Amino acid sequence: MESSERIRRFWNSLGQQRIALWSLTFILVVSLSGFLAPLLAPYSPGGFEEKRILEGPTRHHWMGTDQLGRDLFSRVLYGARVSITVGVGTALMALVIGTLYGLVSGYSGGVVDHFLMRVVDIFYGLPDLLIFILLSLVLGRNIAGVLIALGLVTWVRFARIVRGQVLQAKELIYVEGARAMGATRLRIVTRHILPNILGPILVTLTFSIPAAILAESTLSFMGLGINDPYNEWGTSWGTLAQDGWRAMRSYPHILFFPATSIFVTILAFNFLGSGLRDILDPKGNR
Amino acid sequence: MLRFILKRLLHGLAVLWVVATLTFVLMHVTPGGPFDRERRLPPEVLANIAAKYHLDEPLIKQYGRYLRELVQGDLGPSYKYVDRNVADIVRDTLPVSTALGLMSLAFALLISFPAALFAAYYHNSWVDRGSMFLATLGISVPHFILGALLIWIFSVQLGWFQAGRWGQVTSVVLPTITLGAAPAAYLSHLLRSTLLETLGEDFIRTARAKGLRETVVILKHALRNSLIPTLTVLGPLVAALITGSFVIEYVFAVPGMGRFFITAVTDRDYPMIMGVTLIYTALLVSANFLVDLFYSVLDPRIKAY
Repeated sequence: MESSERIRRFWNSLGQQRIALWSLTFILVVSLSGFLAPLLAPYSPGGFEEKRILEGPTRHHWMGTDQLGRDLFSRVLYGARVSITVGVGTALMALVIGTLYGLVSGYSGGVVDHFLMRVVDIFYGLPDLLIFILLSLVLGRNIAGVLIALGLVTWVRFARIVRGQVLQAKELIYVEGARAMGATRLRIVTRHILPNILGPILVTLTFSIPAAILAESTLSFMGLGINDPYNEWGTSWGTLAQDGWRAMRSYPHILFFPATSIFVTILAFNFLGSGLRDILDPKGNR
Repeated sequence: MLRFILKRLLHGLAVLWVVATLTFVLMHVTPGGPFDRERRLPPEVLANIAAKYHLDEPLIKQYGRYLRELVQGDLGPSYKYVDRNVADIVRDTLPVSTALGLMSLAFALLISFPAALFAAYYHNSWVDRGSMFLATLGISVPHFILGALLIWIFSVQLGWFQAGRWGQVTSVVLPTITLGAAPAAYLSHLLRSTLLETLGEDFIRTARAKGLRETVVILKHALRNSLIPTLTVLGPLVAALITGSFVIEYVFAVPGMGRFFITAVTDRDYPMIMGVTLIYTALLVSANFLVDLFYSVLDPRIKAY
């Protein structure tokens, strides 16, 4: 009853954030068309057409063709699937690790908390792009490897935020009440603390997705990210942009479309994140 | 104060040690080695190479040697450039990266301060909305896309600036702008919102009531009291400049450390990878340290512990 009221109010205030709502719509369209790429793509992403190499956008090839005569629009569609998978997957992985870590740290307090937070401090002091490159060397340059490597770099953000929220929530009267009534630790954390810190977690999640998409596409652009040319899931937007970068001077369209896809998607996630923050976490400014 | 400095130094050393160990472990569990070629080398040659670089010793001994040499400032030999060691390469390339980073920081400050001041002063006007819209774009645009766009416009189409051939005035402009854009956007966003808060304070009203000139009120009273949040992000900002510089050096063919790191990764030049990672971490650690120090000096209310 009460939670459905809260959800209704959430949707109402989201409706007032026009840009955020448009961004959400855009993200849903991109994700959906990415995952339905096999049905929607007009051509096979690997289908060569020798006579149609490096054509500009036409009626048949909306985004033109690349060096091997492959339809760029189809490749961008399949690429959406890769980027969204990496972005959302990374963020979810970081969410699980970081939230558990933050909950334990914040709720335990004392020496445990102190020690766990020093570990987080060290992770925070690392140049994350570098660590990510090193990790992906070990884990493999495929979608799963890159996703795990990114997740292992991103989780500290969640750990810090969740821990801070837990420290605040721990002192609230209803938590003290639950403790006085003899609730177990697990119950206090899962039933009383976690539901009340979902807002900041959701906001962090929304901002982590574009950060992961950015990192992955940047590294793939430099040839250090996903390098898995025979993967049927699709080619990363970053790799497509790398192909385009090589031919930019003469055939800018091969760079333009993947680059715009990356940029607009990141922008949409950032707008959605700001909107959510305004609704859910009014005090957390930055 | 001394205790604070010692504590931060110790923390910095701990970070460096963790990174050194982490990179060492990662590099040694990575499948494949630097001397895996398409044509396999004869086993005697491989054995000789392994002996030369002590790769035949047990791992723990290699680790000990690595740390010992590290403390003496020796980053080891480069597997790729046989006649130079890692420290030489760092000495050649680090100044380039540092110059690029500092110029971009200067660019970011030069853009963000006026932008934030005007945006905050003319709150909700078109100046405010326009600059904040630009700032949102600037935060979201990936370095490589902005770099490619600038090259396309100013180098390919207009021919004003060069892309590549680092060292000439015309070739420095585009990389500096590309690297400085995101920090500029971020700083203007942050400074604007702090300024807006400060401008609502009582002491601003008092200053105005005293009949002070607007410029004095804004620059002396409002700006000065809005600097702390800006200062705290300088640490992460340096981090952003560092990570950004990889991409920029790649896109604009700048002969800096980041570009060497990228080639080192593709060549599996392990000592080079480890060395550059450590240098970057050290830079980051010292930047954070300086910011902490500066911060506690600027605002005595903040207890540095």
